[in-house]
Amino acid sequence: MAVLTEEQSMLKDQAQAWSRDESPVAKFRQMRDSGVAMGFDDATWSDIAAMGWTGILIPEELGGSGMDHATFGVVLEEMGRQLVASPLFASSLVGASALLLGGTDAQRQRWLPGVAAGDAIVTLAVDEGPHHRPEGIALQVERSIDGFTLTGSKTFVLEGGSADAFVVAARTSGEPGDKAGITLFLIPSDADGISVTSLKMADSRGYADLTFSNVKAGTDTVLGEVDNAFDLLDALLDRARAGLAAEMLGTACEAFDRTLVYLKTREQFGQVIGSFQSLGHRAATLFMDMEFARSCVEAALRAIDDGSDEVPILCSLAKCKAGEFLHDMSNDMIQMHGGIGMTDEFDAGFFLKRARAAEAAFGGQSFHRRRYISHFGI
Amino acid sequence: MSSENRQDSFREEARRWLTENFPATLAHQRPPGIAGFGAKFRGDWKVWQSNLGEKGWSAPTWPAEFGGGGLTPQEARVLAEEMAAIGAISPIGGFGIMMWGPTLLDVGTEEQKQRYLPPIIRGDIHWCQGYSEPGAGSDLANLQSFAEDKGDHFILNGSKVWTSGALEADWMYGVFRTDRNNKYEGISFLTLDMKSPGVEVKPITLISGQSPFNEVFFNDVVIPKEDLIGEKNQGWNIGKRLLLHERQGIAGSGGGSVIGGSYDLEKVARDYIGLEDGKLADGAMRERIAMQKMFAHAYALTRHRFGDEAAVHGPSPAVGIMKVAWARDNQNREELLIEMLGNRGLGWEGAGFSDKELLTVRTWLRSKANSIEGGTTEINLNLVAKRVLGLKGY
Repeated sequence: MAVLTEEQSMLKDQAQAWSRDESPVAKFRQMRDSGVAMGFDDATWSDIAAMGWTGILIPEELGGSGMDHATFGVVLEEMGRQLVASPLFASSLVGASALLLGGTDAQRQRWLPGVAAGDAIVTLAVDEGPHHRPEGIALQVERSIDGFTLTGSKTFVLEGGSADAFVVAARTSGEPGDKAGITLFLIPSDADGISVTSLKMADSRGYADLTFSNVKAGTDTVLGEVDNAFDLLDALLDRARAGLAAEMLGTACEAFDRTLVYLKTREQFGQVIGSFQSLGHRAATLFMDMEFARSCVEAALRAIDDGSDEVPILCSLAKCKAGEFLHDMSNDMIQMHGGIGMTDEFDAGFFLKRARAAEAAFGGQSFHRRRYISHFGI
Repeated sequence: MSSENRQDSFREEARRWLTENFPATLAHQRPPGIAGFGAKFRGDWKVWQSNLGEKGWSAPTWPAEFGGGGLTPQEARVLAEEMAAIGAISPIGGFGIMMWGPTLLDVGTEEQKQRYLPPIIRGDIHWCQGYSEPGAGSDLANLQSFAEDKGDHFILNGSKVWTSGALEADWMYGVFRTDRNNKYEGISFLTLDMKSPGVEVKPITLISGQSPFNEVFFNDVVIPKEDLIGEKNQGWNIGKRLLLHERQGIAGSGGGSVIGGSYDLEKVARDYIGLEDGKLADGAMRERIAMQKMFAHAYALTRHRFGDEAAVHGPSPAVGIMKVAWARDNQNREELLIEMLGNRGLGWEGAGFSDKELLTVRTWLRSKANSIEGGTTEINLNLVAKRVLGLKGY
């Protein structure tokens, strides 16, 4: 692990202790069993807000603590370890980043203090089909003298059922598939013409489909430039990818640790099963994947904080490598635990289901391989 | 001065020194012969070798009192970046720089460091490593070459195998049996002059047609007691320590073939497969190239991170995974290259093939040793399972 600053190691300790003591995987199980439609429980969310993590990225004058993405990554990794379900990622990282990257002063003043306090949830509505394809945006916009009218749909919107506002990526010109012609709007979830349908997904987290029918948006709702927001969207998506990769790394590391304990305690043929080379070598190979994924995640977060040119390539690398490791680890967690791993009573299923949902969000491994290699001119 | 300012000012210093001391004719050239295995340089290479060696930047982080560069790890990285930027490759390398020197710095006496280190740094004495034997590969401690104690000297009989660069080397360090009744506590770490009477070297031809490895036979070779490193019968720990440096060195050497010269993947893809609408015409191959490049990238980032950590804590058994990754990286890349070259990818010799094509074939074949040399992939996974993960039975 990279050398942490004093602030980061304090936050890490705090996040580790809180999630272990107050919000362990058992808490997630309770939430799932209770069938909460929102995909998180209010008490957990209030705790997170009370500790100030909701304001990590937000400047002090707007109610936050103005820290960086590497620091947020440390907290998200700990959340990932215990599968803590909350809008922290969707709102305090993605929603806040949209405003920080593209918001006007008025928009920031209006929304960021609420996001920092955990009172307002702002989330990104980007995808329209089963796969992440940001340039494929079709949601139609008609321009009028006093603003815009949005018609179309969005799907798999994180925390869509509990959001107070949506950052909506929409098409103001061109065709789906064009990078030009995309505009971002910030629209309150109670605007006329928006309907929200919650989705029940395998990972039990909050997702929703949105329908926009003739939703009016004034010129003051535009984030960034009209017709020219693809770069802004891409920068925002990269922050989302790196942050989610940090959470995924935490989830996978926890799956690794729990599996390693099992290899050291489960006995068959009169010996611990970890003494069999077929399992020991797999564990050692997974250890390599874990170290590699960590290097990529830390490099991506650092690149964002440094404003490096390598942000796109490193964020694709981080999302892909964290995704590959989490994918394999969540499978091997079940396989190495044998039958018990298949039971709902055991936690491995939660890791597996969360793994696939997080892999798919903001581009899976295949998406990021294509995005990565396109930088090399082939 | 902040550490960043210090690095910036060192960068200036390194740049200036390189401008004055690196012959521009050598930019992006690899040293002739096998670097560090005894190449005796001439002309500009000789100039570059002696400039670099005198400055101590062939061993940038070794203490200046022994002729090393005395640089911090951060400065050494800056130096490496500046050298890479102008295509300056050090002609001083091999076992002395990568393993023997670092081990001596850990375990050597003051006198031994003064004796052995300066000629390594200057590139004057080239070392080979006497480890593997016909019956001692992965089970290295089963080695049988016997050094009999004769009071003020040893008499050595036996043989070593897979000895890289033995034909060119001036000296050998290695592990030898000094007590037949104790497997691990019967091994001593010795150095010997390769010109000693009774030393015979026979090259081994590999599947690549090349002979980078040798057999070395010892017939009543006299080794003075001053060439014993550490205590008699306590050489196994030094030998293992050195292997850690070997893996660290291999892990730290970055992607790329050990003998070099292979193409980059994008160029071969463009030249031999071609693009359609700006993308590689073979979509399946495009994804495999992406995966290979991403693995190499992740490996490089991890190498940096482990390097930073090793600078603080010393080499860690976790570098075992870097050795495994290095082999996988090399072998996958070479396989992709051969596959992309298609029918031109298996030419053996002659004018029908370009030099690069022919070299790629040999490099591909040579890369098969990467998961065997320096500890097999399986042995390294055992070590990681045992020492890093704490699993029993390895």
